[in-house]
Amino acid sequence: MFKDFDWAVIGRALPFLVDGMGMTLQLTVIAIFGGICFGTLLALLRISPFRPISFVAGSYVNFFRSMPLILVIFWFYFLVPQIIGRPIGGFYSVLIAFVMFEAAYYCEIIRAGIQSVTRGQIMAGTAIGLSYIQAMRYIVLPQAFRNMIPVLLTQSIIMFQDTSLVYVVGLRDFLTSADLIATRDNRLVELYSTIAVVYFILCLLGSLAVRRLQRKYTI
Amino acid sequence: MIEIKNVSKWYADFHVLDDCSTFVGKGDVVVICGPSGSGKSTLIKCVNGLEPFQKGEITVDGTSVGQKGVNLNALRSRIGMVFQNFELFPHMTVLQNIALGQTKVLGRTEPEAHDRSMLLLDRVGLVDQADKHPAQLSGGQQQRVAIARALAMDPIAMLFDEPTSALDPEMINEVLDVMVELAKEGMTMMVVTHEMGFARKVADKVIFMDEGRIVEEANTKEFFEKPRSERAQEFLSKILSH
Ligand SMILES: Nc1ncnc2c1ncn2[C@@H]1O[C@H](COP(=O)(O)OP(=O)(O)O)[C@@H](O)[C@H]1O
Ligand SMILES: [Mg+2]
Repeated sequence: MFKDFDWAVIGRALPFLVDGMGMTLQLTVIAIFGGICFGTLLALLRISPFRPISFVAGSYVNFFRSMPLILVIFWFYFLVPQIIGRPIGGFYSVLIAFVMFEAAYYCEIIRAGIQSVTRGQIMAGTAIGLSYIQAMRYIVLPQAFRNMIPVLLTQSIIMFQDTSLVYVVGLRDFLTSADLIATRDNRLVELYSTIAVVYFILCLLGSLAVRRLQRKYTI
Repeated sequence: MIEIKNVSKWYADFHVLDDCSTFVGKGDVVVICGPSGSGKSTLIKCVNGLEPFQKGEITVDGTSVGQKGVNLNALRSRIGMVFQNFELFPHMTVLQNIALGQTKVLGRTEPEAHDRSMLLLDRVGLVDQADKHPAQLSGGQQQRVAIARALAMDPIAMLFDEPTSALDPEMINEVLDVMVELAKEGMTMMVVTHEMGFARKVADKVIFMDEGRIVEEANTKEFFEKPRSERAQEFLSKILSH
């Protein structure tokens, strides 16, 4: 029965698939970067001793963590243009959705990382005259990020897989590209198994990196 | 230089410091001892504002520590502090540990900070360790780096919180030697320690604390010859018999 398969379709579709992978990687990288930046800010607000600030940040996190990602994507795609009165386009709407959604998860990872740095370290920093913000920047955050690298990477692998949801707003990422060819040429098995292998290999590489880093940073 | 007047502090209902008063003159070395949990660490952390207190007043070189509007960061940069667990920054090299405060707080340039750091490392006998990370050093070496880090800020006084308690016995002296030298050079020092040999050698005054109170305060000779309070006598005989 394998005779019936036409694997050459993959070769023909390659440029189209690579193009889709470009979109997937672009979304992943920007969303990870934005998510970590915004997540760090949220984490700092969340541990603020000033109650109203930590409450707002905490509510944000709990809210987004109780929403399915696909719902958040829909919102930014359909509702935000209604509110601001003009369309913002599929790409930007999913980008904002990803950053805001992932930031809630990154926030919790980063908060745990910050709290893994002992109070004595902040004391030692402030004892030489650093301000709270300087102590965070030069002493706590660098150590926190080191402790967090494996978990951050794991979350980023999940994020990479989640980008496939963008098909709902008509963006053409890796999965959608494959899907288009698969249905056009009626080559479902060939394309779906190929992209499964690609996702598997990329995520496997990611997990291997996580394991290496874990070994490197746990002394 | 350091004046502590009727300081009281509570953790919720728990009275950690109970009406503590004392005075440390310029160039004086004061040793604070007492049983664990008596409030020694808390008291010296109040001196550089690492711990707030509810009642009383502390002034350092004329600046009131507890008062609103006082620039605590500026004050702290002028008071060196050495911790029981060293608290070196593990992600930085020895040199970077010593340079950080100089560049970020005092505004020295990198080369200035570098030169000053190397000078201090030479002084504590660790020039050849400059590029290592703290985890690669022994406890005694780490504590000497911590002392160099504090000295790099050109402090007007130094606070030590049990600087040798976390060390293996054979490393205690290398740290005490550095401290003795500092004391002899006229550094103003408040030292929480149970190293009575050190106290005998360099302390001008010994303070004994128990349950948040300064139970006894006497010049060193008097304290060791005939402590007035029973608690101090008991404490002394216990640690001297070790
Ligand atoms: N953050 C805190 N909250 C509540 N109690 C504390 C805190 N820090 C210290 N204490 C208590 O205050 C007392 C004095 O502590 P400390 O100054 O560290 O004593 P010492 O240094 O003499 O051993 C101890 O009983 C300790 O349990
Ligand atoms: Mg203590």
